[in-house]
Parts: sequence; C-alpha cells; structure tokens
Amino acid sequence: MKNFILMLSIVVLSSAMVQAHTTSFKDSTKTKNNPIIPDQDNAGLILPKGFGALKVTDAYGKPRHIAVTPEGYIYVKLARLYNGNGIYLLKDNNGDGRVDEGMGFGDYIGTGLALKNGYLYASSDENVYRYKLNNQHEVITPNKPEEIVYGLLNRREHESKSITLDNDGNLYVNIGAYSNSCQVQDRVPESPGMKPCPILDSAGGIWQFKVDQLHQTYGNGVHYASGLRNVVGLDWNTQTNTLFVMQHGRDQLHDNWPNLYTVQQSAELPAECMYEIHKGDNAGWPYIYYDQFQHKKILAPEYGGDGKKTAGEDAINPVIAFPGHLAPDGLLFYTGNMFPEKYKHGAFIAFHGSWNRAPLPQEGYYVVFVPFKNGKPSGEWEVFANGFAGKAPITSARNAHRPCGLAQGPDGSIYVTGDNKGAIYRIIYTGK
Amino acid sequence: MIKKINFIVSGFFLLWLIIAAIPPNQNNGIKASIQRGEKVYNKVCLPCHMADGGGVPNMNPPLIQTSYVLGNKTTLISIVLHGMTDRVAIDGDYYSNNMAPHNDLTDQQIADVLTFIRNSFGNKASAVIPSEVKAIRQKN
Ligand code: HEC
Repeated sequence: MKNFILMLSIVVLSSAMVQAHTTSFKDSTKTKNNPIIPDQDNAGLILPKGFGALKVTDAYGKPRHIAVTPEGYIYVKLARLYNGNGIYLLKDNNGDGRVDEGMGFGDYIGTGLALKNGYLYASSDENVYRYKLNNQHEVITPNKPEEIVYGLLNRREHESKSITLDNDGNLYVNIGAYSNSCQVQDRVPESPGMKPCPILDSAGGIWQFKVDQLHQTYGNGVHYASGLRNVVGLDWNTQTNTLFVMQHGRDQLHDNWPNLYTVQQSAELPAECMYEIHKGDNAGWPYIYYDQFQHKKILAPEYGGDGKKTAGEDAINPVIAFPGHLAPDGLLFYTGNMFPEKYKHGAFIAFHGSWNRAPLPQEGYYVVFVPFKNGKPSGEWEVFANGFAGKAPITSARNAHRPCGLAQGPDGSIYVTGDNKGAIYRIIYTGK
Repeated sequence: MIKKINFIVSGFFLLWLIIAAIPPNQNNGIKASIQRGEKVYNKVCLPCHMADGGGVPNMNPPLIQTSYVLGNKTTLISIVLHGMTDRVAIDGDYYSNNMAPHNDLTDQQIADVLTFIRNSFGNKASAVIPSEVKAIRQKN
C-alpha cells in the first residue's frame, strides 16, 4: 500500500512536471506573438497619442538606410565600417522587439539599401550590389554579392547613392551633385554659376538601371531625371506607380550673396522639396530654387537672380515645399495596417536636421507625416516623431540623434535609424 | 638676515623681469582679439562649424581640440586663407563639404578669428597675430 501511494505520487508529480513544462513552452511561444512593449520613455521620442517607441539597438555604428524582412529581421547599411562590416543583419531572438544578434558583412560603407523579390540591394558611394536571399530572407553568400552598377561619380560631396526599386524590374539610383550651386568655385562668395552646368551630365539626378543585369554603368542606364541637387530619401509609390524623391535644397544664399539675401532669408530659403518624378523630368537645379513663401521658382543668384526674378519654366513644381535646410534623408509611403486609417498611403519623411539655419535655432531632427489621397497630399504636413535632438532650441548637430532611414515592418510598425550617435527606433501603435 | 633680504630683493627683481618681458596690454590685447574674433566667427565660420564649434557630422569638421586648431599656426592660417578641400582624415574622420578660401578677410580679422577658436570650445593655445597672417599671405 505504502509503495502504491509512492508510485501514485511519482506519477502525479511527474505528469504535473510535464504539464508545467508544456505550459512554460507554450508561454514562450505566446510571448513571440505578444505585443511589443514600448520603452518607458518611448526611447526619448515625442509621438502622437496612441503611439509608442522602443530603441531596437544602439550597438551597430552609424546606420543609414534600413529594410525589414517578413520575418522581422532588420538589414541596415552603415555610414562607417563597424567591426569591418558595412551591412548588418539584426535579429531579435526572444520576441521582445530588441536586437539580440547581429551578423555583419559587406566591407564597404554607404547609404542605400532595399529588399525586393528575394534579393537584398545595397550601395556603396560608387556601386550597387545585390545579394540573393534564402526563403528566410537571409543572405546566402554574404561575401559574394553581384555587382549591378559600378563607377558612379563620387567626389565626396553629396556622395551617397540612395536606391529604390519599382515593380517592373528597375532600380533607381540618386547621384548627387558635388557642388552647392554649380559655381566656378564651390561656395565662394559671388563666384558665378557655370553655364551650362557641366555637373549635370553625370550627377545631379536620378539614373535608372535594370535590377537583373550585372556590371551596368552610365552608358547602360537611363538618365531618368535631372536638375536634382542631392536626393537621399526616395521611394516608389505603389499607388501612383511613380518615383517620389526628397531634394536637399541649396545652402548659403547669404554667405555667398550677402548683397541679395539677409541672414534671415538665407536661414529659411530655399524650400526642401518633395517631387513626383516621371521619366525625363528636370527639377531645375542649379539654375533655379523653389521659394516656399512666394510659391515660385526663383532664378538662382549664381545665374543672375536677385531673389525675385522667376525662371525654370521647363522645370517641374514640387509636390510639397518644406522649410529650408531640414535635410530630408528618408522617405517611406506607408502601406501597413497597424496605424490608424489616416496614415494609410501617406508619406513619412525623416529629416536629418539643419546646420544652416543660424541665426535661427536649428530645425528638423524629426520624422514628419503627410497624409495622401489618390497619390496627392490631402492635408498639411505634421511632425510625427520628435525629440531626437533633445529639447529645443537646437544649436548643436554633433550631440543630436539624426533621423536618416525609414522602413516598414511586417506588422506595420515603422523603423527609424539615427546615423549620428547610432540608434534604431521602432514606432508602434498601441492605441493607449 | 642678509640671506632673507637677498631673497626678497631677487624675488622682486625676478618679478620685475617678468613684467618687463610682457609687452604692455598683452593680456588685454588677447581678450580684445578674442572678442573681435568671435564676431568674425559668428558671421563667417558659424554657418558651417556651428555655434558650439562642434561642426556637422560627416560634413563640416569640429573645431574642438582638433590637431589643426591646436597645431601649427602656418597650416591653420593657410586653411582660412586658401580654404580646404583636401578630404584628408581630420583626427580619424572625413568630411564631405568644401571650405572656401576666406582671403577677403583682413590680416587682423584672420588673426582674431583664429585666436578666438584657439581659446574657445575648450581649446587653449597661443594667440595668432596679424604679422603671422601677413607673412603667409605674402608667400603665396
Ligand atoms: C562652407 C562651410 C565652411 C565655412 C564657412 C568654414 N569652414 Fe572651416 N572647414 C569646412 C570643411 C568642410 C572643412 C574640412 C574640409 C576637408 O576635409 O577637406 C573645414 C576645415 C577647417 C579647419 C581644419 C580642420 C579642423 O576641424 O580643425 C579649420 C581650422 C577651419 N575649417 C576653420 C574655419 C574658420 C576659422 C572659418 C571661418 C573663417 C571656417 N572654417 C569657415 C567648412 C567650412
């Protein structure tokens, strides 16, 4: 009898243990599907009501553009090598939303990064590469990328080559102009503009290449758009089936033309412009800039302008004109389902932040949202995520987090990189 | 006793030597130069190197404790006179903007602005005087 009781209790106990084991196992799977909890302080960000943020990592150097796979794995391109690597694949292994593991590859620095149809695309400041992915969206041969494009101009001013892809097998690459306003002497007071501007042959525009052809360069590509001084943020809008770009407007109207512009005017002019681009478009740089107060294309002082004369009749108009010098570095059209209806198909723009607005306080250092309907802005732009540079007024760029890259996660959350102090944020909608 | 007097006298003598060695108003001179230099800085250099001298990451270098600001005056003066587009590593980092020549500034203004940056943003280094600027301007 005693023996029987012992046996029974062993059976009961061990079955309880098995039970306990399965429950704890179940629990851990459940956490994987549990909502991600934002950081207590929302990672220092100021967000609209109902949104929260977490710092996903701050351990991988200076992340520029970013993409997220259907599994929630993150790829980032770095501005500086980190442990000898220019790209990282980052994984969260326990489902808490924070990065636990990083795999580095790619021994080149750069900005551009995109995921499409089983490939990862990444750019150096001269070339574009692609990497085949396995069915988990992991790169198969990290040390053997295919070179899609090579030999793009890098004169170390506006050198980053941002990329995006359409749905018809084309790759779009920005080649920034190595100049402020195509002066004979760059940024020298009253130095005139070169006419015609020789830079426009091989830079200051967007080039289109095929995604699946190796070793293309200028001769193989299509000069898709010109007259764009420097574009860092760009995205393919799947609603309109067109390319949208954010141009960095020119600097130093007062420094270089003190008789024509006050410091105040120079701090606010010209606009940072969003353009919708069709093949063959010209946005007018360096001959004109867009004045967001007069709502006009104004002849640049390097080409005889005085702040009032208009020009650029053949140049396209911006879709939206933002305040000057905010430095848009990331553009993302939101197609997710996590955020409230108003955000659907709208544009998020990561502004790196200004250096060029003294004597006014510096501006930017935030992520902006613009609602869109039928491919057109349907309301005013608003600051969506702020606080990257701490409290206003901002006088230092060195000590700020500077938003750069944007990506949408499979759940509809959005990711923002900060490339200065180095951080990746994830913004989620909690409704609370 | 004699020893003590001797000591005091030689002490005074030393002090006199030191005072005599400093040209009159040198300290005031540096202060005034820094003040004038700040005005030049705010007008000409601040748009790129920023109010805190911290520059703009990857774009315009900082002027805080850099080997150029604290180093050789000849190089420093030439940077302001002739600009800098070398794309050399500045204390390990590269910057992608172009600094234009500022040879429209007078010898006095360049001396002042360099004296200002060498004594601001946590920097401490000797003053730059107009004759040093003049010598380098004439060389080229
Ligand atoms: C148009 C922006 C701009 C302006 C205006 C400007 N600089 Fe520079 N400065 C730069 C850039 C960019 C470099 C680095 C260039 C390179 O790496 O080739 C630089 C380099 C320097 C350096 C050497 C590197 C270092 O960080 O120590 C010094 C010193 C300097 N500048 C001082 C000045 C002073 C003084 C003025 C005002 C008289 C001034 N700069 C105005 C952009 C500017």
